[in-house]
Amino acid sequence: MSFNNLDQLYRSVIMDHYKNPRNKGSLETDAVTIDMNNPTCGDRIHLTLKVNDGVVEDAKFDGEGCSISMSSASMMTQIIKGKKVAEALELADIFSKMMMGEEYSDKYDLEDVEALQGVSQFPARIKCATLAWKAMEKGVKE
Amino acid sequence: MINKDIKSYFPILNQQVNGHPLVYLDSAATSQKPIQVIEAIKHYYEFDNSNVHRGVHTLGNRATDKYEGAREKVRNFINAKTTEEIIFTRGTTTALNTVASSYGRANVEQGDEIVITHMEHHSNIIPWQQLAKEKNATLKYIDLEADGTLDLEKVRATITPKTKIVSVSMASNVLGTINPIKEIAKIAHANGAVMVADGAQAAPHMKIDVQDLDVDFLGFSGHKMCGPTGIGVLYGKKEHLEKMEPIEFGGEMIDFVGLHDSTWKELPWKFEGGTPIIAGAIGLGAAIDFLTEVGLDNIAKHEHALVGYAMDQLETIDGLKIFGPRDPMKRCGLVTFNLDDVHPHDVATVLDMNGIAVRAGHHCAQPLMKCLQQVATARASFYLYNTEEDIDRLVAGLRSAKEYFGDVF
Repeated sequence: MSFNNLDQLYRSVIMDHYKNPRNKGSLETDAVTIDMNNPTCGDRIHLTLKVNDGVVEDAKFDGEGCSISMSSASMMTQIIKGKKVAEALELADIFSKMMMGEEYSDKYDLEDVEALQGVSQFPARIKCATLAWKAMEKGVKE
Repeated sequence: MINKDIKSYFPILNQQVNGHPLVYLDSAATSQKPIQVIEAIKHYYEFDNSNVHRGVHTLGNRATDKYEGAREKVRNFINAKTTEEIIFTRGTTTALNTVASSYGRANVEQGDEIVITHMEHHSNIIPWQQLAKEKNATLKYIDLEADGTLDLEKVRATITPKTKIVSVSMASNVLGTINPIKEIAKIAHANGAVMVADGAQAAPHMKIDVQDLDVDFLGFSGHKMCGPTGIGVLYGKKEHLEKMEPIEFGGEMIDFVGLHDSTWKELPWKFEGGTPIIAGAIGLGAAIDFLTEVGLDNIAKHEHALVGYAMDQLETIDGLKIFGPRDPMKRCGLVTFNLDDVHPHDVATVLDMNGIAVRAGHHCAQPLMKCLQQVATARASFYLYNTEEDIDRLVAGLRSAKEYFGDVF
């Protein structure tokens, strides 16, 4: 059986984040807490953000879900750490465009997040990938 | 009997998905439709379309005859005493909500109990939660055995003289468990409660006789039994329906309308406010004709054989866990499982790439998922058009999922 199509979705960098998630856990003090779930499939994320002077100083996540949702959360926390709130929101917008298969700005180095590009070819899985980003957007706006 | 030709009645099954012949294993979510049902709906719109119970003209009469003819088919299908007991609804959800909103509001009081089980679909949980909250009543759950079945001793212990409504699925959409509805109805009645049966997963697969089961209400959906979406049935004993108030008001369901007061049509029409789902009912009637011709007993036999074969084959895969009773005779035609550490969404995507459609998620049964200590599961469900070859494809697909995820980890 050929795995070419699947490789588009499950790049090894995604699997690495799924198996070895970065920033897993929960921030204890002075953190914004966001709980979000995807009611159609049961994926769940618990995101904690430490925002000071308009900068996302730290981010951790916990949750349950498929490889796409959990690796996306891991990558998201990695890339927004140290970014300004406005930059984090801009990244969320870029990510959303990437998922919709639209053109997006190359202003930022998207690092590992780039690996999720293939998800846009799998409409049923886009919501998995965007869950963590939606939680982050909600969190930094608070 | 059911043979390979049966697939040829279902045009949708004759296609390639992602480069492979489609294997449809998601009939518990919705079944595919045979050409007879598609043609019946097409014919109605091309020749008979008109509103029912109104016009004096010929088309109006034809539409009314076909709509009411479908009601008679449903009556016969579940062996109800009269067509007054057959109400067309949008589906099982609307049927159960009607019972909760009309019978429930009139008969459940503060301190009363409503009894359901831990294996219910959300549509047989939330209407009762809402009713219990509104009336300050208690919603009680019957615990499940380790194999996902119900123990009648626990049923007896949970239902008390305070219980006003017992509502249980005839077959579980996750575990596949076929429940002893007749026995539970006896226990409910001995305590003065009414028995509501959720027939969504049962009606497509086994013969239902409401008089033999002695249930007070039964709900089921057309789209899971070869019929179209948007049509379902509420059966209720006439003695209850007669006393119940409609929950939707407007055209079609009225007798006389005054400025400040109105009266209702007789049964079953007082529960069918507005222009009904005419094409849907006619499509459901055609589905019942089709299922009756194949034979519900043949369908049940075919599915028990398939589910037995599926469990035997699935168990040869290392790290695959099946939920629900091991005995295929205690199940309707579905198998819910999880594969090692591979999340069911990922399993479903790999299968989809191989042209195989399964369901992944919580199957609208979050409390049950909690009982099973699973976030989500994968489910393969079978119907009369599925074959052992379909299951072989599923098993091969699961092996490739294991191989794929095994490689990357």
